[in-house]
Amino acid sequence: MERTTIDLWFGAFVAAGFAALLVLSLKVGNLGAERAGDTYKVQARFDNIGGLKVRAPVRSAGVTVGRVADIHFDNQRYQADVTLALDKRYAFPKDTSAAVLTSGLLGENYVGLEAGGDEQKLKAGDRITITQSAVVLERLIGQFLFSKAQEEPAAAAAPAAKLPEPPGLGKK
Amino acid sequence: MLERVRRPIQSLGHRVIESVWRTGTVTRFFGLLLASSGTSFQRFRLVMREVYFTGVLSLVIIIVSGLFVGMVLGLQGYETLQKYGSTEAIGVLVALSLVRELGPVVTGLLFASRAGSAITAEIGLMKVTEQLSAMDMMAVSPMSRVIAPRFWAGVISMPLLAALFSCMGVFGGYIVAVVLIGVDNGVFWSQMQASVDFRYDVLNGVVKSFVFGIAVAVIATFEGYDAPPTAEGVSRATTRTVVSSALTILALDLILTSLMFRGGT
Repeated sequence: MERTTIDLWFGAFVAAGFAALLVLSLKVGNLGAERAGDTYKVQARFDNIGGLKVRAPVRSAGVTVGRVADIHFDNQRYQADVTLALDKRYAFPKDTSAAVLTSGLLGENYVGLEAGGDEQKLKAGDRITITQSAVVLERLIGQFLFSKAQEEPAAAAAPAAKLPEPPGLGKK
Repeated sequence: MLERVRRPIQSLGHRVIESVWRTGTVTRFFGLLLASSGTSFQRFRLVMREVYFTGVLSLVIIIVSGLFVGMVLGLQGYETLQKYGSTEAIGVLVALSLVRELGPVVTGLLFASRAGSAITAEIGLMKVTEQLSAMDMMAVSPMSRVIAPRFWAGVISMPLLAALFSCMGVFGGYIVAVVLIGVDNGVFWSQMQASVDFRYDVLNGVVKSFVFGIAVAVIATFEGYDAPPTAEGVSRATTRTVVSSALTILALDLILTSLMFRGGT
């Protein structure tokens, strides 16, 4: 079959297109970064997960060690049941604690793991029992205002109680 | 008096009926096109030749516009993200907006005006000079010899061009954000990789560009095939290709986006 320049251009064009796709999936996307199958899944129950979403990172000491695989509501306990897919390369003690944290003030939610001291390691299907819920900003502000309001009456009520009886009148 | 009321209603009704009619004809044309596509794959050289004209010759405009769009995204994104002190997210912003939306849509619009109009004008002119009827006389089906190769060339070229556009856009964003402004290189790429999912973002973008490719190719070939065989007819058909391709791309984009990206996960 004789070759033509059109063949060359066609080949170069298709090669460039697929190279661009490859760059998009490996360099821009996360195809090279993680492979499914190299993970093991553990469960954790939280009272409140805040804005945590599926595929949010799981970090320990700031390093990403896995991803949130699944979130659903446990209707028996009225808690959120979160499945974490952890990288097989990392093993954690059985008494590891999990917390829903926020990166930065406005950043995304992630699950932070704090390793415990147990000799035994977490296995696939295990449950992390020590958990800490997400900090809900509104609730935090509410608590702050409430505690402030409890302090105030002691200081505010004292002069208010004295007001009806001015010093001069009180003596009589 | 009655005449003055009746006239506009009549013309409105005429337009509606006309567009419904046209939709039906396009669908029948698409079916006929698919049915007579067999030859394009037996004689793949025909398709390759058209890929050269529609795809390869569009490379320059796609690459240059991709670079510029990415650079503008980088500048504008930096400007806004700076207010919230999260300039590291600029890689994510550039990559996600390119891969999900701008890549397929802008490539589709450029492709329609660069290649789609050329296809329409070429087929229309073939009709004016009676080349199509001459082929019919020689028992060569113009559908499988002329129309189908151009259609498949468009379908093949669009996803590749869109991928190149997104790729160049990310590179343009990188030039502005990292090289010119000085955002940290590692953070730029790592934040991007953490947020851009292969299946959810990249593959959905490819699916979009594929659908746009089919739409533009069908519109361009149909308008050319359907053009009245006059100079004015061909010029009108070329304009219509660009306008209706743009509208179709944007409408399809809305539908596809609402199907693909439902928020949440």
